[in-house]
Parts: sequence; C-alpha cells; structure tokens
Amino acid sequence: MAAVEMEQPEEALDAKITGRGVNVFYGPKQAIFDVDIDIKEHQVTAFIGPSGCGKSTFLRCLNRMNDTIDICRVEGDIRIEGHDIYGKSVDVVQLRTRVGMVFQKPNPFPKSIYENVAYGPRIHGMVQNKAALDEVVEKSLIRAGLFDEIKDRLDQPGTGISGGQQQRLCIARAIAINPEVILMDEPCSALDPIATAKIEELIDDLRAQYTIVIVTHNMQQAARVSQKTAFFHLGELVEFDDTEQIFTNPSEERTQDYITGRFG
Amino acid sequence: MTLTFLILVLIGLSALGFYIGRGRALNTVSGRVGDLHSLPSHYGFYVALWCGIPSLLIVAAWLILQPQLVEALVIADLPSAYRNLPASEFGLLLNDIRNLASGNVVSREADEALLAAAARLNRAHAIGSGAMWVVAIAAGIAGLTLARRWIAPQLRARNSVERTLLIILVISSTIAILTTVGIVLSLAFESVRFFAKVPLNEFLFGIQWSPQTAIRSDQVGASGSFGAIPLFTGTLLITLIAMLVAVPIGLMSAIYLSEYAVPRVRAVVKPLLEILAGVPTVVYGFFAAITVAPFIRGTGESLGLDVASESALAAGLVMGLMIIPFVSSLSDDVISAVPQSLREGSYGLGATQSETIKRVILPAALPGIIAAVLLAVSRAIGETMIVVMAAGLAANLTANPLEAVTTVTVQIVTLLVGDQEFDSAKTLAAFALGLVLFLITLSLNVVALRVVRRYREIYE
Ligand SMILES: Nc1ncnc2c1ncn2[C@@H]1O[C@H](COP(=O)(O)OP(=O)(O)OP(=O)(O)O)[C@@H](O)[C@H]1O
Ligand SMILES: [Mg+2]
Repeated sequence: MAAVEMEQPEEALDAKITGRGVNVFYGPKQAIFDVDIDIKEHQVTAFIGPSGCGKSTFLRCLNRMNDTIDICRVEGDIRIEGHDIYGKSVDVVQLRTRVGMVFQKPNPFPKSIYENVAYGPRIHGMVQNKAALDEVVEKSLIRAGLFDEIKDRLDQPGTGISGGQQQRLCIARAIAINPEVILMDEPCSALDPIATAKIEELIDDLRAQYTIVIVTHNMQQAARVSQKTAFFHLGELVEFDDTEQIFTNPSEERTQDYITGRFG
Repeated sequence: MTLTFLILVLIGLSALGFYIGRGRALNTVSGRVGDLHSLPSHYGFYVALWCGIPSLLIVAAWLILQPQLVEALVIADLPSAYRNLPASEFGLLLNDIRNLASGNVVSREADEALLAAAARLNRAHAIGSGAMWVVAIAAGIAGLTLARRWIAPQLRARNSVERTLLIILVISSTIAILTTVGIVLSLAFESVRFFAKVPLNEFLFGIQWSPQTAIRSDQVGASGSFGAIPLFTGTLLITLIAMLVAVPIGLMSAIYLSEYAVPRVRAVVKPLLEILAGVPTVVYGFFAAITVAPFIRGTGESLGLDVASESALAAGLVMGLMIIPFVSSLSDDVISAVPQSLREGSYGLGATQSETIKRVILPAALPGIIAAVLLAVSRAIGETMIVVMAAGLAANLTANPLEAVTTVTVQIVTLLVGDQEFDSAKTLAAFALGLVLFLITLSLNVVALRVVRRYREIYE
C-alpha cells in the first residue's frame, strides 16, 4: 500500500501537487468534474473562472478544508510530493501545517496582533521559549510586510487594524508555521487597490520560498502575479497552461471568451 | 356578556368600515390605484380606525363612569336617615344595596327603602347599559360615515394609519412600563414603612432572622428580629451550588451541540433540552424533596456525615439541573454566532477541533457566555419553588451545604402565607426583602445586557 502511495504519476516528476481524476460532490450535486492538474514548486498558480465554477471547492481540496463540510465528498487522487493526502494514514492536522490557507475575507482571531501570529507556532509547539516565539512572530510580520506599520501595536487587537493590514496579518499568521504551500482564496477581493498592490508584491516575494495557489476574479491580477493559470468552467478544468499563453493565445474557445469578458 | 357582544358588534362595524373605505377609495379614482395617494387598504384601515377607536373609547369611559354615577343617583334618593350614617356603616349599607340588587345574601333585614334603592340601582344600570349600546354604535356609525366622506384621492390615509398605529404601540409599551414602575414603587413604599419599624442597618447586617412577632407584647420574643444576612447567605449558597452544576454541564453540552453534534443529533437533543426548561418548577421541587434529598441524606449517613433531611445541597443540585437548559441554550446561541471564518482560519493553521474551541471559539464567545451565566444566576436567585420544597425554612447562617438553609424568596412566601395583619413588621419585611432581591437581579441583568451589547459590537 505504502509503495503504491509513493508511486509517482506520470509527467508529475517536478510537480509539488498533482491531482488526478478529482471529483467533488456536495451531497448529490457534483461541483468538480474529473480534474487533472500539476502544480509546480516555487510558482504562483492562479485559478480563474466564473463565479460558482468550483475554484474555491478545488482549492479547499488541497488542504482538506472540505472535510469540515459534512456533505462534501472528494474522489480521485491528490498528492503532495507524491504522498496521497486523502490516504488513510494521513494526519489532517499535519497536512494543514504544510499547506497554509488565506481566506477571502480577512479573519484575524479576536486576539492581539502578536497572539494571532503566535497562534500556529504555539499550538504546534514549534518554539521552546518566549524569545524564540518573539523572533518567529517578528520574522513572519516582516515577511508579510506588516512589521513596520504595526510594530508598536503588537498587543492591540488584530481586529482593530485596516482590512489590508488584517489580510497581511492573516498571511503572516499562515507563514509563521512555515508551510510549503500557501493557498489563497480571493485574498484581495475585500481590499482597495493600494492594499491589493501590496499583497501582490508580497505574493511575488513569497514565491521564492513557497508554492502558492491563488484564486482570483481579477484577470489582471492573475496575469500580474502568476506563472501558471488554470481556467475552470462549470466544475471542469478547461485549460491549464503558462499564464502568458492563457492570456495571449488560449487554445480553448471558452477560455478566450472568458478572458475577453464575453461571459462570466 | 352583553359587553363582549357589544365589542364584537363594534369590531364587525369596523371591519365593514374597512371594506366600505377601500371600495370608496377605488370608486373615487374609478379603479386606477395609481391616482390614490395611498394603497386602497390604507383607506380601508382609515375608515375602520375612525369607526372603531372612538366608539371603543366611549365604551371604556362609560364602563368606568357608569357605576359611580348610578350609585350617586341612588344615594341621593335614599331616606335621610340612611344618608347621614357614619362612613363605615354607610359603606356596609351600600354593599347591601348592591348585593340586594344582584340577588345575593344580605346582612340585614331588607326594608322598603332598601328594596326600592336596589330596584332603582338595577333600573339605572339597565338604562345605562342600553344607553351605552346606543351611544357606542352611534359613534361607530358616525365615525364610519364621516371618514368615508373624507376619503379623496389626495387624503394621506397611509400617514394617518401609520401614526395611529404608532400611538397604539406607544400606549401599549407605556402600560407595560408603568406597571413595572408601579410594582417597584409599591415595593419601595412598603419597604419604607418597614424600615420605619426596623432600622435599615439591622435589616441589612443583622445575623438573626426570626420574624415571628408575638400577639401580646408581654410574650417572649415579642419584637422578632429581622437580620437578613442568613437569608442572603442561604440564597448565595444555593445559587453557588446550582451554578457549579449548571455552568459546566450547560456549557459543555452547548459546545457539544454547536461544534460536534451532527445536524440529526442536534435536531433531537436541542428540543429535548428545551423541554427540560419547560418542566414546571414544582415538579423539580418534589423531585428534589422526595428523591434527591433522601438520597443525599442516605449517602451522607453511610459516609458518616451529618446531613439534614432538607439540605442546601439537594435544593442547589436540583436547581442546577433546572438551569442547565437555560445556560446551554444561551451559550449555544453565542457559540454558533462566532463566525465560521474564525473556525476555518484556525483549522487552516492545523489546529485540531478542541484547540480551535479552546483557543478561538470560547474566547470569542466569552462575553456572551458570561452574560448567559449572569442571567442564569439571576434566575437561580429568584427561584422559589424548589427551595421551598427542598431546602427548608431554618434561617441558619452557615456555609455547610449539608445543613438546611433558607432563601430570600422562601421567606417572602412564608411571611405572606396565611392570615396576616397588613401593617405588621412581619408582613412589611416581605416587601423589603422583595425590594433587595429586585435590586440584585436588576443589576445582574443590567450587567449581563451590557456585556452582551459590547459583544455584539465586535461582529456586526
Ligand atoms: N458548502 C456547500 N454546500 C453545497 N454546495 C456548495 C457548497 N459550497 C459550494 N457549493 C457549490 O459548489 C459549486 C462551486 O462552488 P465554489 O464556491 O467552489 O465556486 P467558486 O468558483 O469559488 O465561486 P466564487 O468565484 O463565487 O467564489 C457551486 O455551485 C456552489 O453552489
Ligand atoms: Mg470562491
């Protein structure tokens, strides 16, 4: 069994995440149809597509966030570095420490800024003492480009800063546990253009160290931040290619129609 | 009986007014609703209100005034021998006339003059009621026809109807508030009378409670003593025991229901818990007195402890049981109100469910939970039945849950049960106790509501 799990699907040798024949159901209703995908390391992969096409659903399969929805059922094979993440021996908690997530609406905990970032390291016992924790918190906030703005307000509630700052706080919170993959579901949809620009810059920086998957409704954003783009429509993965290819010369008509704004 | 009928007639008349008004409004614009200032039904209500309200007001006023007028008339016709009686005897006389008129037993020989007065009383009432019918219905019809005549496309019927409804609502809430104020004032006045007999500090800080005042002043314990401390410590002890039972169990079942239970279980368990809340407290009371108290006594004795047959422990335990659904359903609401996004944020960082509950959900819900607990405390303090039946009447000043204690509410009951002089210190003490109890629960509720409000601001 373990040997089978270790077996690498074809053409996925350099892929961080591979999906094969993924189907997702909400009760009797199918939301994702037979998706195959290879997501490469140290790249930003963008998921685009009209509302309700299943981008969030597929993204949430990658850290098994769909487990929290009772009626949701995932079929098929999703592997991270060749390990089946839906395998029986997989510990969801451990998986989620490797695959972090940032949500559409900033959702800082109603705790201090410091405690928000310290949350992950604390529950996973990643640090031995206060000094080490301080360091992790500071480093994460610096990486998220937030430290300078809030460095003398660390003890104030995380809910009391601006929306853009809250979203960067959530990113800092995610990278504090040192994940390999960061999933972002429309991380900028609640933000103004300036805050958005900051986050996009941040995503570009983070790419060097993490593998990033981002869902976005903003075509320009996909073009700006991603190297690969996946176009979903009605639960199918219609086209998946280099971002430049998708935006200049898509091979599918539906992709063409969507990025030129003819539907969606 | 005939009054109910009259009111039904007036309501029917108003309903008729509604249809007339609506039809009339439609007629004036020959069916083009758009030309009307308000919706046709607004015109209907306009007429109905003009028809119903004045006539019902007349009925109400009539019912208040008629008995007084009629009696004044009857008194005026009494022979002067009767009219010049002293006040208290005159009151008895009037009572007899009333009883005679309604065919009841009378305390004296019914002479000519009394019989005549009774007959007059009856006749006057009959005439009065008849007149009320005529006047009320006339007022209704007048209102109806006038309002119908006023209907025109420009008439701002909607505004009038809305304003009238507003006034009715304001009057209703004023009645509710005034009643509360009245109750509080009467508590306060009687308490002042009590404190004229027993000094305030003796009441608040005295540790001896034995309100039995003797009938003759030369008996032993003639004055009684009104130190309320034992009552408040008793209340506190029982409330504490109750909360020790209710808070952990209620909170944990709330966490189970809102975080772990699958919808099917939740759909069954939640209503069951709410049934628990609907059990009358008397039932809890005899459960406490007949089942729990003997059990505790038996267990205590087999352990070599000295347990009173009515113990604070028994009452507190059962009261705790009673309060569980209260705590759990309120906490369940606040826990469910914690946004799902916080849970997902925590799971997304690799937290387990119990870590998420402990570190994110409970802290976020804490203010609401505190408010729930405070409300539960004020419920426990005010609870009477269980304590009457299970905790006893002995005003012991003790912290030992195995002894019998008594509470404020129980003492209020015992002070007022039976025949009492209404201005003895013993009776008045009940009001003073009631006032203090009211102040305590009021401040608990105010604090709880404050906390809840602050909590709301975070998420909305
Ligand atoms: N919890 C759920 N229960 C039932 N159906 C769901 C649930 N979540 C999503 N769906 C359904 O699954 C389909 C895909 O939803 P999903 O949220 O993945 O779309 P999306 O592409 O992220 O859309 P958007 O861009 O609007 O966020 C939709 O038809 C949606 O109605
Ligand atoms: Mg989505």
